[in-house]
Amino acid sequence: MTPLQDALHPAGIQAAHIAGLWWFTVAICAVVFVAILAGLFYALVRAPRGDAATPPDMASMERPERATKRTVVTAVALSIVGLLALLGASIATDRALATLPLANAVHIEVIGHQWWWQVNYDDPVPARTFSTANEMHIPVGRPVVVSLKADDVIHSFWVPNLHGKKDAIPGRTNTIQLQADKPGTYRGQCAEFCGLQHAFMAFTVVAEDDARFQQWADAQRKPAPEPTDAKARRGHDLFMSGTCMMCHQIQGTTANARKGPDLTHVASRPTLAAGTLANDAQSLAAWIRDPQKLKPGVNMPAHHVPDDELDALVAYLETLK
Amino acid sequence: MSTRAALVLVAALALAACDREERKLSHESTPAPLTPATQKVGELQPGMQGPGLEETKTTRSFDAGNAWEMAQGERLFGWYNCAGCHGRSGGGGMGPALSDERWLYGSDPDSIFKTILEGRPNGMPSFKGRIPEDQVWQIVAYVRSMSGLAATNAAPSRSDSTGGLVPPENERPTAQPYTKPEPKP
Repeated sequence: MTPLQDALHPAGIQAAHIAGLWWFTVAICAVVFVAILAGLFYALVRAPRGDAATPPDMASMERPERATKRTVVTAVALSIVGLLALLGASIATDRALATLPLANAVHIEVIGHQWWWQVNYDDPVPARTFSTANEMHIPVGRPVVVSLKADDVIHSFWVPNLHGKKDAIPGRTNTIQLQADKPGTYRGQCAEFCGLQHAFMAFTVVAEDDARFQQWADAQRKPAPEPTDAKARRGHDLFMSGTCMMCHQIQGTTANARKGPDLTHVASRPTLAAGTLANDAQSLAAWIRDPQKLKPGVNMPAHHVPDDELDALVAYLETLK
Repeated sequence: MSTRAALVLVAALALAACDREERKLSHESTPAPLTPATQKVGELQPGMQGPGLEETKTTRSFDAGNAWEMAQGERLFGWYNCAGCHGRSGGGGMGPALSDERWLYGSDPDSIFKTILEGRPNGMPSFKGRIPEDQVWQIVAYVRSMSGLAATNAAPSRSDSTGGLVPPENERPTAQPYTKPEPKP
């Protein structure tokens, strides 16, 4: 499974800007908090000027209180300075985020669906574009421009280790620019409530060096391999003659529907059902049989198929590396 | 009885009438092979039996009053590309319109179910083994709602989702990332 997401351990320049702003805000707020508590304690422990018997000192009603006035003016001035510092830091962070140099950027289109992520890799040569799901590989040290779209309702794209959130809204295209400077695997998550399974709408971002990224992309561009053994062959035939191919696509076969995730290289992905399950044969079988048990409300219907057909189907899908 | 007590009683009765519509996410069904043993072909005429044709059994009790099933049917109408021939919202095209009151093969749920599963002459393909039967029932519910045959308290006044189709005039231009302007020489 993928590691936990963590905005305080930035793996890229964008997240580092945001983390810097966060620590700056925490520092200022901590100073303010300590100062206020110190003032409060000072007021509490200060020796009382009289006891219960002493009559109230009404004279102070008329006398100007210079010390109090000085304290209030100082506190207001300090607050203004502190707030202005926060405002300045926020603007500077925004500017830094918006001015990431985008030369030689990788362009990726991410479409939010209920409840999974479609990831399309763009390329000037149409035959070199490819599509995957719930998994994104990016090269380390190169800027990535992600265009965000939504198919049904509003989703929000969030990889805390790499950048802040950005909404994916039906009918408009947003962009977010990020860059990973440290190789690693980072978890992303939908950050806008989008229905029953919002919590199970995660994805994985793998940042790796350029050579390995190209190698992965080339493997993803290849059509699905022909099944060799008889069992996988039967699974292939079942896939093509049944309900599977009505929604899913497997490049290089007759399955060309684009409503569910592209399964061309499904066995190479770390998770199933947008981070819901580990990707192994057992989970895959359970998922095909009754997805509603594992992720209630998901758009994939249950398939109460006989055991031997399920085995064959899983055997076939496991060959799609 | 005081007025207040009467009001409380009325409110309690009104609350008792509140009932959240049930969403049956998982339908119990017996194992069905992915590939049907024989490919069924539609009857040439309603009611006519041909050689080698097996009657499609319509087993599920039809819940005509469930708004959620109808909305699912609307989604599937797009997903399975019914709209490709019958038009978005059933206006017709290559295939006959579904939003009018003319029914070639019957408007009752069982007949529509059969039409989808078995296909009909002159172009309607058979979706047997291609669409799970529970989903066919949902499509049936939606198809009936298009010509006003659904219960008015269940038929939604607006669609659940944009279905990924926002009218082009409502599309917003792509937000372009900021790039530093080239310095003028």
